[in-house]
Amino acid sequence: MDASTDLASHSHAAHDPHGHEGGHDHHELGFFRKYVFSTDHKVIGIQYAITGLIFLFFGFMLMMLMRWQLAFPGQALPVIGNFIGQLFGPGSMPDGKMGPDFYNSLGAMHGTIMIFLGIVPVAFAAFGNFVVPLQIGAPDMTFPKINMASYQAFFVGGVIMLISFFVPGGAAKGGWTSYTPLAVISDQGPGHHWFWNGQTLWLIGFILLITSSLLGAVNFITTIIQLRAKGLTWMRLPFFVWAQFITAFLLLLAFPPLEAAVVMQLMDRLGATSFFMPTGLVVNGAPLAISGGGSPILWQHLFWFLGHPEVYVLILPGMGIVAEILANNTRKPLWGYKSLVFSGLVLGFLSFIVWAHHMYLTGMGAVVSAFFQTTTVIISIPSVIILSAFFISLWGGSIRFNTPMLFATAFLPMFGIGGLTGIPLAFNSADLYLHDTYYVIAHFHYIVAPGTIFALFAGIYYWFPKATGRRMNEFWGKVHFWPSLICMNVIFLPMFLQGMLSMHRRWYDGGQGWTLANEKVWGLTGFQWNLPISIAAWTMGLAQIPFIINFFWSIKRGEKTDDNPWEATTLEWAAPSPPPHGNFAVTPVAYRGPYEYSLPGRPNDFTMQNEPISESDRRAYEAAAAAHH
Amino acid sequence: MDIPYTTTARPDTGLWNAKIGIWLFLASEVMLFGGLFSAYIFLRLDALPGYWPHGLLNVPVGTMNTAILIASSVTVVLAWAALKMRQFSRYKFYMGITIICGVIFLAVKLLYEWPDKFHHFGAYIRQDRVQKYEQYLGNQYLAERGLEPRYEITGHLHNEAALHDPNIHEYEIQLDQVNADPTNPASDRPHFLPLPKTDKIAHVAKADVQHAEMFVPKHNTFFATYFTVTGLHGLHVLGGVIVFTYFWLPIGANLYKRNPEHLANRVEVAGLFWHFVDLVWIFVFPLFYLL
Repeated sequence: MDASTDLASHSHAAHDPHGHEGGHDHHELGFFRKYVFSTDHKVIGIQYAITGLIFLFFGFMLMMLMRWQLAFPGQALPVIGNFIGQLFGPGSMPDGKMGPDFYNSLGAMHGTIMIFLGIVPVAFAAFGNFVVPLQIGAPDMTFPKINMASYQAFFVGGVIMLISFFVPGGAAKGGWTSYTPLAVISDQGPGHHWFWNGQTLWLIGFILLITSSLLGAVNFITTIIQLRAKGLTWMRLPFFVWAQFITAFLLLLAFPPLEAAVVMQLMDRLGATSFFMPTGLVVNGAPLAISGGGSPILWQHLFWFLGHPEVYVLILPGMGIVAEILANNTRKPLWGYKSLVFSGLVLGFLSFIVWAHHMYLTGMGAVVSAFFQTTTVIISIPSVIILSAFFISLWGGSIRFNTPMLFATAFLPMFGIGGLTGIPLAFNSADLYLHDTYYVIAHFHYIVAPGTIFALFAGIYYWFPKATGRRMNEFWGKVHFWPSLICMNVIFLPMFLQGMLSMHRRWYDGGQGWTLANEKVWGLTGFQWNLPISIAAWTMGLAQIPFIINFFWSIKRGEKTDDNPWEATTLEWAAPSPPPHGNFAVTPVAYRGPYEYSLPGRPNDFTMQNEPISESDRRAYEAAAAAHH
Repeated sequence: MDIPYTTTARPDTGLWNAKIGIWLFLASEVMLFGGLFSAYIFLRLDALPGYWPHGLLNVPVGTMNTAILIASSVTVVLAWAALKMRQFSRYKFYMGITIICGVIFLAVKLLYEWPDKFHHFGAYIRQDRVQKYEQYLGNQYLAERGLEPRYEITGHLHNEAALHDPNIHEYEIQLDQVNADPTNPASDRPHFLPLPKTDKIAHVAKADVQHAEMFVPKHNTFFATYFTVTGLHGLHVLGGVIVFTYFWLPIGANLYKRNPEHLANRVEVAGLFWHFVDLVWIFVFPLFYLL
């Protein structure tokens, strides 16, 4: 890796084809070098953002299809049913009715796509790439070519995942967790190709996605350590940079064990080994011709060793985005900056020792369960500190409710609901009942859907002017926000009820045949609640249309802005909008913390990090220190 | 546009970029191999008594390969030191030795060790037919001494067609010492020097066999883990050899003329990777060959 790394930077120095600052033979890059094979962190960030958003919407469409089957099990999907059946091949939707295997594929791929091709690329790779070097005053990432390779690995991995829908037998069906031995024996046998089948492609795609994350994580951490502007000490970093820094460590250290597990599952599928295949396994009445001796629980351990830190990979960048927007729109410093930073670090560390709370039902034994129960409860402490600090930050602020701020404030209660409903799941006695029910679905969707995804929308509205020099339309932003907020809650709140009626998350018939699902709660039976949920899901799909139009329309036609339209303090707003290759005309120097809003004795209510400290500032700091003692 | 600190150290961290990058990368590699080693531990602890084989790998050859890798770790440091002292021909010499060591390691692995396993055969006897093969298994003797039972008969398959032909009903195995003379402590595994195969032939009915295969990954979880870990390790060795060869050939080594320090840094970073690959082998060798 070092070869390409150093090559990247060295070739820049030696014969940089686009070295404006170098001042010699400057010529415009062609379209492909500028937008497709770019090494510029901003272009790569935007590539990640657009690809990731497309995957997010695609993953959401898979779910909208499933919601039909859940609300009207066994009934033909009107209008588009036959078309979808033709698109995804015979057997997927016979006569417009969803087949069970296709339903399982949709479920597995919804989870995979939303998490690994949607949220991680947008939250970590897109925002991290675009914003972090700007916020730390750097000209680019430390390893631009590795950065490009990271996007390309992600893109190819995503394409492989998409191709898997169209191979004989369809995409992977083993859930996004690909639990063994089911995942090993599925998509094999008559009607399946030995290689071009859903589960094998899922594994191959995953290896590429893991490689992409690894390259990104190495790049992010090195960039934050090495390329901070002069004066930008660790405690002057914006919280967003801290959040990305911790996230990068989680990806760096949690993903490789899953890569090992994926390689082993590939060996099980292609080489007929028995890493995850127990002795004496009988499938369809016949013993499998394998050696046995493997352990399905081993897969679960390796999967969740990634899977749990992954939760914090999904939420930490969201918290970082929200922190920036809260400070900016309350016009006062974030409350408890240091508590936030240390809570984030503790959260990152603890996230590595809670994974087995996903596995209470495997019979690990009381001692192991008690250990993971304890660590899981402890991890709620830093999470609550972060959330509390955000709420207290609102206190006494003169809040501007623009679109980014609406999404950022909505994040707080939504994440709160998601977090607090996780506590019953942390205790193994309660989890025995709630495990694998819709309660779990509601819990983690509250964290990642109206939680992280709202934070992502907030970030898009917030940094859009930096990327384009234009602002997204406020009115249509609000038309996007309010229906999304309402629909999210109509979708996920009733799922708590369904879960408490013990409705299982993977049921193909929406619970129709389950006695308890026919009990009434709040006026409808558990099964009947599927219909309002589905309607809300489809409505939410419609509610994204204003966003899509607003996004593309504003690139060309949005209201023009200056370099710092939100009157923010952090360094990215000191660069031109959009920033050129190399970012800053003059390398910035940081003189102060990231959130110096409403500093006394200043003409403006914001003081940028690169403004030197004046005499009046010094007096203000001294007065504040005196008041503190 | 120049990215700072590509060859010079940033004052407050004292490091140039690629050095941090490689250490981070190695941290993730530790987790990758850590995942595989924890799988080894998990599967070994989970294995039923008598189902985790011992001493099937060739210890002298493994020892030799260990020595070769350690030697190459020394020579890569000497190559780096030569660059630091601006002695280019010394650098070429030591780097050349490093590359040769890597190639020898891979050749031993791919041309001797793996194929040797592919021609070695083992058959696990069904639990209810073990009595019939007591003369090869010696379970009575093992039980008296409180040792793990033995269910596998290993050796070289004379009728290889038996593996695929359903009309052949028995395996004709030229036995390993351990099955030829199972009650002799001298024939038990492990031995430093591999025991020669015997002239004794056993006829094992397919109906009595639970699972039989050449020593390929699917034979048992031991070989599955062994081939996966050594395969992945071999890919790392191959990667290192490719990078070193690039630095040794004029295409990479010409950097010396423009910026010798930069080439030294690259060799340092690649050398760190090489030490890591060496270190992984230091774990692989005892886990698979000795324990």
